[in-house]
Amino acid sequence: MTTYERNVVLSTTKFDVLGTRPVRPDATDKVTGRAKFGADHGMTGLLYGKILRSPHAHGRIKSMDTSKAEALPGVQAIVTAKDLPETVNKPGKRQMTPGALGGDLKYLRDRIMASDKVIFKGHPVAAVAATSVHIAEEAIGLIEVDYEVLPASSNVHEAMAEGAAIILEDLEFTDLGENTGKAGNVAEHTRDEKGDVDKGFAEADVVVEREFNTSTVHQGYIEPHNCTAQWNADGRILVWNSTQGPFNVRDDTAATLGLPATQVRLTPMEIGGGFGGKFEPYAEPVAALLSKKSGHPVKIVMTRSEEFESTGPTPGAYLKVKIGATKEGKLTAAQGDLRFEAGAYPGSVVGAAIECLFASYDIPNITVDGYDVVVNKTKTAAYRAPGSANAAFATESVMDEVAAKIGMDPLELRLLNAAKEGTRKLDGTTYPRIGCVEVLEAMKAHPHYAAPLEGPNRGRGVAVGYWMNAGLQSSANIAVDSDGTVALTEGSPDLAGSRNALAMQAAEALGIRVEDVHPSVVDTDSIGYTFGSGGSRVTFATGWAVYEAAQDVKRQMVTRAALIWGVDAEDVEMEKGVIRSKTDTELKMTFKELAAELNDTGGPISGRGNVDPKGAGVAFAGNIVDLEVDPETGKITILRFTIVQDAGKAIHPSYVEGQLQGGVVQGIGWGLNEEYFIDDSGGMLNTSFLDYRLPTALDIPMIDTVIVEVANPGHPFGVRGVGEVSIAPPPAALANAINAAIGVRMAALPMNPGAIMNAVWKKAK
Amino acid sequence: MATVFIPTSMQKLTGGEDRVAIPGSTVREIVKNLDVEFPGIKERLVDGFKIKSSISVAVDGEISPMGILEKVGEDSEVHFVAAIGGGRGP
Repeated sequence: MTTYERNVVLSTTKFDVLGTRPVRPDATDKVTGRAKFGADHGMTGLLYGKILRSPHAHGRIKSMDTSKAEALPGVQAIVTAKDLPETVNKPGKRQMTPGALGGDLKYLRDRIMASDKVIFKGHPVAAVAATSVHIAEEAIGLIEVDYEVLPASSNVHEAMAEGAAIILEDLEFTDLGENTGKAGNVAEHTRDEKGDVDKGFAEADVVVEREFNTSTVHQGYIEPHNCTAQWNADGRILVWNSTQGPFNVRDDTAATLGLPATQVRLTPMEIGGGFGGKFEPYAEPVAALLSKKSGHPVKIVMTRSEEFESTGPTPGAYLKVKIGATKEGKLTAAQGDLRFEAGAYPGSVVGAAIECLFASYDIPNITVDGYDVVVNKTKTAAYRAPGSANAAFATESVMDEVAAKIGMDPLELRLLNAAKEGTRKLDGTTYPRIGCVEVLEAMKAHPHYAAPLEGPNRGRGVAVGYWMNAGLQSSANIAVDSDGTVALTEGSPDLAGSRNALAMQAAEALGIRVEDVHPSVVDTDSIGYTFGSGGSRVTFATGWAVYEAAQDVKRQMVTRAALIWGVDAEDVEMEKGVIRSKTDTELKMTFKELAAELNDTGGPISGRGNVDPKGAGVAFAGNIVDLEVDPETGKITILRFTIVQDAGKAIHPSYVEGQLQGGVVQGIGWGLNEEYFIDDSGGMLNTSFLDYRLPTALDIPMIDTVIVEVANPGHPFGVRGVGEVSIAPPPAALANAINAAIGVRMAALPMNPGAIMNAVWKKAK
Repeated sequence: MATVFIPTSMQKLTGGEDRVAIPGSTVREIVKNLDVEFPGIKERLVDGFKIKSSISVAVDGEISPMGILEKVGEDSEVHFVAAIGGGRGP
């Protein structure tokens, strides 16, 4: 029988290094303040850039006069969209960016700097470089821009309404894969189908259909975007910044400027959070242009207001979900209608939301329609399992209602229908070994689920969530030094301890101490292509690259030992850090002993790993939450919170627990507090952390974690990505607990005190 | 022959069929043979020598990073699914 303690790891496999909790190699620098972040980067002759942004959510630029700003002493350069290359699209063939993420080149350039129209409040229209930040700020205030203000659409309902102002005149509606040539604010309609939903609903004894709305929320990373760019006289551009995707931002910065990708060298500095929001270039091309014009390096650091208005939050969405079940609890059909804000340019997370919507369950008949809708808000970006929290809020709320209608325990209903190995997903593929059932069983067995919850206005809720995780390209190099330590170089910015998790995998594969592995995240000239740190991919995919690099080192160490001993390499093996002859027990050396001989026996050894692995291994997480609602004010107090998640293999359990707890806290914020308040003109009103309410340590109890380990067959150590899925279930679990506490079913996020009281009063009428 | 699952948006081209048996030992051959049977489908799936960036190909349940170069077995399942952008756009 499982004994649950706080933060338990339900581990199935023992390793020497993996599963232990060594101190992170960057710990000293971080706690002493010596770690260098982008804003710390200093250079001789450095100028400071500021960006003038549109005060209107939608408008046409009639004229712009920069002469007064140019005349201000200390101003060294001013750039506008005229300084960017012109994008000429041929009829029916738009230019796309060459980078791995893909994207429309004209839209990318227009987002970086508006050419003729501004289509969100905060849209850049000009930028200044000056000898101080204060002069740069004063100078952008002297730039005169005359706008023709146009009506703005702030959500999918407004943007899809008859007669809504067209945001992008060249956007053509693609319906089920075919370009209709029709103008509008809907970029694309997609549909995924499985089985026959009409037949499935006809077989159901209970059918529940509900509509939901979610608000725009921001990742809320503490460190704002920043960059320093230097356009060298030889044409090479050097960039230092805060990014999750050095190669991605390098590629798109170069594309924006009309240059080959490798003309930019990007050095990622230490990063103070990203959560998906730091994959895009924002100020990098602007700083580069200012540097070219001024002949000096230029630094731009965003303010919090610029972060909210001009970077990439996760979208608001409308979701309609319908689920049918027999009275015995077997799900027969499900249907979804998802409409997601893309922001000002197409490309929302609706595709990911479609995949997530019913992914936790084995349902024979499903249809989901998705709409990608442009609105007059800053272009959305990824945010921790993007689309999954919106999807889980809708599906898991309806699942709870189905359970209540048929009189079944909500966890039993989920277990009865849980996806498992062989379940065919909505996209037609089948699951390999997954941990959905194990997560649900661990939730059911947890003492939290059976603990008494007494008192008025208190309720318990459960929910589960899914995220597909990513593989993609990674590179790693391991160089053996003569003292037996190794230098591990890799290209994945370390958001949450990944350099240590990678060092641990190198140590495990080589059979050496993790303290003898020195990991570094290096610039784009110094490592092979590595996709950014997102999609919960680093410990999995860069871990694969590290494993391959270690195998390369092992092969060379074996060959070198054979050379020294004068035996065939086939007769030598390396295991747990010892190289030995398979036939002569006298012939053996430790890794350290052999490393000391390398320079005298043929030179140094280094190994490389370059991968694009399959088998990322999907992730499931579940929540149990107890809360109390104040019936007078609608305030919610969270009494107890437990998260259970399948990690495949928790390389460093403390980091995994941190990911679980961090995702839950962000999910609580999304569920209860956070939203963009938009005024009638389409502008955001709460652009500071004073008014945009992130949860603090005072708002939440300790989050109890349970790590389930269902090894991923697609990774040598069984790793599944763990960084994202933890944000998916909290809003739904909270909604279900609120319903259990006061009998009110919430249909919109955030469920703040005002929304709770409105729902209570509506029910009382 | 491999079983190829046709996405909803392309089932007009296959006369409403949601899965078809197609010969081929690579995704490239599968696409070529699909187009022989259902003209126009190649244009929807491929851009030059690559699967379109908006589409991913899965062979036997795994999204393939090799795309058109991925090997296909005699009893394989081949799916063309929407690529998940994760909110990435311009």
